[in-house]
Amino acid sequence: MGIFLKTKFKDRMSSIPLHDPTAPQEKCEIRKTTCYMCACRCGIRVHLKDGNVRYIDGNPDHPLNQGVICAKGSSGIMKQYSPARLTKPLKRKPGTERGAGEYEEIEWEEVFSTLSERLGRIRSTDPKKFALFTGRDQMQALTGLFARQFGTPNYAAHGGFCSVNMAAGMIYTIGGSFWEFGGPDLERAKLFVMIGTAEDHHSNPLKIALSKFKREGGRFISINPVRTGYSAIADEWVPIRPGTDGALFLALIHEIIALGLYDRDFLVRYTNAGQLVNLDAEHDEVGMFVRTEVPEEEGCYDPQNKLWWDRNTDKPVITHSEGADPYLFGEFKLADGTPVKPSFQLLQERVEEYTPEWASGITGIPAETIRRLAHEMGITARDQKIELPIAWTDSWGKEHDSVTGNPVAFHAMRGLAAHSNGFQTIRAMSILMSILGTIDRPGGFRHKAPFPRPIPPCARTPNTPLAVKPDHPLDGLPLGWPADPDDLFVDEKGEPVRIDKGFSWEYPLSVHGLMHNVITNAWKGDPYPIDMLLIFMANMAWNSTMNAVEVRNMMTDKNENGEYKIPFIAVCDAFHSEMTAFADIILPDTTYLERYDVMSMLDRPISEFDGPVDSVRIPVLPPTGDCRPFQEVLIELGTRLRLPAFVTREGKRKYRDYPDFIVNFETEPGSGIGFLSGWRGKAGEKFMRGEPNPKQWEMYAQNDCVHHYELPRSYQCMRNWNKGYLDWSQRNRITRYSEPILIHLYSEVLQKFRLAAQGKGITRKPPQRHAKRVEEFFDPLPFFYEPLETQMSDKGKFPLSAVTQRPMAMYHSWDSQNAWLRQIHAHNHLYVNASTAKFYGVEDGDWIWVESQWGKVRCMARHSEAVEPGTVWTWNAIGKAAGAWNLSPDANESQKGFLLNHLISEELP
Amino acid sequence: MTQLALVIDLNVCVGCSACVTSCKEWNTSGSAGPLVDERPYGADPTGTFFNRVQTFEVGEFPATETVHFPKSCLHCEDPPCVPVCPTGASYKRKEDGIVLVDYDKCIGCKYCSWACPYGAREIDEKQKVMKKCTLCVDRIYDKNLAEIDRKPACVKACPTSARLFGDIHDPESVVSIAIRENGGYALMPEWGTHPANHYLPRRKTNLKIHEDELERADNPLKKDGKLPKPSKNEPSLDDISSW
Repeated sequence: MGIFLKTKFKDRMSSIPLHDPTAPQEKCEIRKTTCYMCACRCGIRVHLKDGNVRYIDGNPDHPLNQGVICAKGSSGIMKQYSPARLTKPLKRKPGTERGAGEYEEIEWEEVFSTLSERLGRIRSTDPKKFALFTGRDQMQALTGLFARQFGTPNYAAHGGFCSVNMAAGMIYTIGGSFWEFGGPDLERAKLFVMIGTAEDHHSNPLKIALSKFKREGGRFISINPVRTGYSAIADEWVPIRPGTDGALFLALIHEIIALGLYDRDFLVRYTNAGQLVNLDAEHDEVGMFVRTEVPEEEGCYDPQNKLWWDRNTDKPVITHSEGADPYLFGEFKLADGTPVKPSFQLLQERVEEYTPEWASGITGIPAETIRRLAHEMGITARDQKIELPIAWTDSWGKEHDSVTGNPVAFHAMRGLAAHSNGFQTIRAMSILMSILGTIDRPGGFRHKAPFPRPIPPCARTPNTPLAVKPDHPLDGLPLGWPADPDDLFVDEKGEPVRIDKGFSWEYPLSVHGLMHNVITNAWKGDPYPIDMLLIFMANMAWNSTMNAVEVRNMMTDKNENGEYKIPFIAVCDAFHSEMTAFADIILPDTTYLERYDVMSMLDRPISEFDGPVDSVRIPVLPPTGDCRPFQEVLIELGTRLRLPAFVTREGKRKYRDYPDFIVNFETEPGSGIGFLSGWRGKAGEKFMRGEPNPKQWEMYAQNDCVHHYELPRSYQCMRNWNKGYLDWSQRNRITRYSEPILIHLYSEVLQKFRLAAQGKGITRKPPQRHAKRVEEFFDPLPFFYEPLETQMSDKGKFPLSAVTQRPMAMYHSWDSQNAWLRQIHAHNHLYVNASTAKFYGVEDGDWIWVESQWGKVRCMARHSEAVEPGTVWTWNAIGKAAGAWNLSPDANESQKGFLLNHLISEELP
Repeated sequence: MTQLALVIDLNVCVGCSACVTSCKEWNTSGSAGPLVDERPYGADPTGTFFNRVQTFEVGEFPATETVHFPKSCLHCEDPPCVPVCPTGASYKRKEDGIVLVDYDKCIGCKYCSWACPYGAREIDEKQKVMKKCTLCVDRIYDKNLAEIDRKPACVKACPTSARLFGDIHDPESVVSIAIRENGGYALMPEWGTHPANHYLPRRKTNLKIHEDELERADNPLKKDGKLPKPSKNEPSLDDISSW
């Protein structure tokens, strides 16, 4: 056809266009700020024409994204002009029911008077009856401060069902973790192993790095039940059954130890592999490291008083003694007869039975593949060593004339962490990374400031209900890092103080809180009812909850007096979501283009491997309608409630507004530590610590909204044990202590909980009903068990696993209703391996029911060869409730899309 | 003679759609805009995009490849869409080889989209004119933009720098080198359209492990006395021969 027409019309018409397509565009005004279409936080330039957004592109001078921008960032304009925006405070119409979605507009003064009256009453009677839970908001330093100042322990962000296993598993092992606080050094890696990852918090930087890595010939292996996104360009895809990653890691550790492919020098000096564990079953300290003496100063760090069994003298010596070299294997008897073993011997004994053949049956990965993966990791780490001519000094004073690295990098996301065996799985992964000698070394895992931190970090919650007092701030932090049972936030009977039962014997290491339990617990009144729930930017009525249908019912449920069981719900969001329909009062938030924000060192900054980086947002547009930034709301409420941090001694307003607060707030008077680390000091000459600088915002504005402190090269690696770095970090008050942070292959912290459960030691003991569970799961060495919910389901009836991923174009975004992004994903399918589908008689495109022991949901099936046969999966959070997000009632999201959260529960069956 | 083109590296494209929306964003308010959105908040939302990523699977489990394939006008050197145009709206620029549509002349007859073997053209259902990638011709020569910004929006946006932009007739350009050195190929060459845009194929890196690499003199198990040794009591030649 084309060829025929070509001759027919050739040269019939003039080819001179009527308009010049290259005519220069009108010049735009450029304003720089930080993106917030997801948690990545790239630098952007907003191009304005007549005060409206013409387009947004990446800021080429920004360290994070270096000028690139993703699908979400480029669609920010459609967020700004979305018809789902909330532009006026709303109050549930008197006489209407919660959930009906009938509202009337009110003024902000009514919002503040309503909230401060209610909150004032709660604060002066029982502050814990106020619960503040937030979504993926990146302003936890401020929301956490508000909660603490208010005096409630009931505060957390969404990490409890997202990041907690990853953060806790890694931080309790290596003192740092993936995502904001560390990542794979693909610049120098030769082998990159990505596990359970569809997209990443650090999405554009990972894409930039991965592309360079591939082009430079690096080898990329992806372990994932599903082959999408990043996995698509992997050199090898290793399909794995969901929830079994721990078995794979343990088998890899087994093989690497069995062949001697571990980095012995690294293990000896930088981990607790050689430390001797007390094995006297009668002893109160069984399973703890033997110690020589009590250190003079106790603090939040590992005192250097443990023992090695020295190979040279065949005697126990203090670790890191000059000239000593510990046995990593064997069993010994101390002079007093105490039997001891190096912890590495115990690890080896633990993984003895975890053979590749064993793991193969669990993971679905052939044993020979597991073996080869172990060999690839071990051989690359050992034979492609990097040596950089950078002199540094370790914590024990030994001078090193080079920094070496074993170029095997790992990266992982929720795919392996978000299971009920996720914590031990992440422990196993961290140990695998450690025995390969890849921690904070070139080509391996690298920390980002303010990490590494002591294991565990020093922040603690209170450990008694007495910390909650009317009209007083909470005596401690709402979230923290328990080091032993005495740090748990429980009453004298061992029962929880927090509404979500965080840091109780039920959930001892719930370091990010348990947001998904709040509504259920408040509804049950277990451990107690609350009076007011304030939710910021979290869709608890839909995709930010488990068991969505029941949770929606709980919010509208009433007691026998006809009062709502959760008496008052306030929601702050920029959009009409499923959640706003359940609010008694709605606070319209701004978009990211309309407000100030900080990506603070006190929260999750955007640090790079080479040093601390924090950044800001500066408004480029005025707020739409009558919306207000949540930060301003908190500062106004804090001032009206006279919370000490927000008022002067005389009880007068201390901060004009949020920008003023950010400049002038100090953690304590004169501390010189505030939310932003850059351009402190009167003239902006100081970093991290210095007097408030009235021109701090201007200085950020002049510098691409970002402050980047590049560490001297000798401080950029080995930071757990780098004397120079740790001293620098201590001087700048990033950490309190500069003691080395030895990797916990063997976790004494877990053993302390286990001992308590066994009735040993002097710490608190769990209530009897929790003892067995704590004893079993607080194992100081990683072990594998099937996810609890899998153990409890009838596998004959429910033979498949279901997982979700977020598509890159919507990852970590609130913008599933975005006019452009929803043209990429308007509804989701359930992807089923074609052979599995055939077995069940499901055709491509069929409408089917997908069912679990908790519920069922209707969806459309799609055949796929890129998913392992025992797994079905879908894109998450595409499906929406009809009418939400101001989409029309017949929108694909509600008519064809579905939400898999209907099939899961926050509680075990 | 210059022939501007995109070279798209499938080896690093992760299918993130950054090119899709950055293109839409720039062009909807640019000289080739607006790019219509139909039912943007309703059922079956659709609209004009100059560039889309198609994702498909190749092979059977477990030997499955998932391919992300960004596709836009290929700016053919011999574009079948140009001669079929009855009004001369579809034209190829002499100075840089970019194929464009002059909306002032386009009558929306769709001949060009029938002629294009790549399905790269989309009729704008509101304006009733044919629309397609312009290689951001309104950016790349715009002196109001800084020099580093004078690139197509998709090229600037792409986080994996999977999109290279340049003159494929200049053998020293980044695109010519990429095509030459990485096996760049054109789509459906049998049509004789000589697409200017090229694709780079997936490239795999493997690690060959030699048996002897698993057993080494510096094996730490030796130091720890854990290297497996057979028991002295196991059978040996001594049991049978006295030589």
